[in-house]
Amino acid sequence: MNGRHNLRDSILLGLGVVLMMAALFMVFVYVPTEKHTGIVQRIFYFHVPVAWVSFLAFFVTFIASIIYLWKREIKWDAVACASAEVGVIFTTLVLITGPIWAKPTWGIWWTWDARLTTSLVLWLIYLAYLLVRRLASEPSQGARYGAVIGIVGFIDVPIVFLTVNLWRTQHPTAIVFEGGLTTPMLLTLLVCIAAFTVLYVLLVVQSARLKSMEADIKYIRSIVQGE
Amino acid sequence: MENLGYLLAAYAVIWAVVFGYILAMQRKQRRLQRQIDRLQKSADTPETNS
Repeated sequence: MNGRHNLRDSILLGLGVVLMMAALFMVFVYVPTEKHTGIVQRIFYFHVPVAWVSFLAFFVTFIASIIYLWKREIKWDAVACASAEVGVIFTTLVLITGPIWAKPTWGIWWTWDARLTTSLVLWLIYLAYLLVRRLASEPSQGARYGAVIGIVGFIDVPIVFLTVNLWRTQHPTAIVFEGGLTTPMLLTLLVCIAAFTVLYVLLVVQSARLKSMEADIKYIRSIVQGE
Repeated sequence: MENLGYLLAAYAVIWAVVFGYILAMQRKQRRLQRQIDRLQKSADTPETNS
């Protein structure tokens, strides 16, 4: 790792820590408690940013997969895979925090409505992406198959986003875009989104670097063993 | 403070998963570093012998 990487990582880490501290302060101290659902509504301030980051992660995988299939450069495959991995982590969090909010609000942990079901399908698609890569006999084959899933699988992202408008679901509609939040609520949500976006960038940068290192080691080992 | 347990559970899960992922990456980094050291050692060995 060179000095430029070190500086960039330090800036990202510092920014991430400051934003996350600010986000926690705003969620637990600054923002007023919502009248109807009470204290449990505060889950929303982390649930929504985590969902946003998972969409962003799969979009990055989609773009990086296209570039990989076009240029066949290993660094784009590393970015696609790292972003999908972080996306799966964050979708897992969406699928866990959603039911934790739903139980006291709806009285049930889970219902097979359009938003929840398509979110689960999204998680399964990218889990399959990671499995295909791991199970492929050749790394280049895994990267190629993964890139195809990374491109085709992205179709589910706009579907998940639009479910609350296309179907009648139990899940709340996108109140952020409908002006349904007070200024402190909106401000808190924006700071949380910024904090999780920085965390996402930090995790993807680190993970992509490890994947590039792993590919380099495999390549060097194949040369050494070939001699 | 009704449903405080649900709120704390949600935030605890988020941090547990994020830190778990960071720890897994650190473990992978250590494993890769060991592999690099081994490769470096095996590359150095013929020079020492000659």
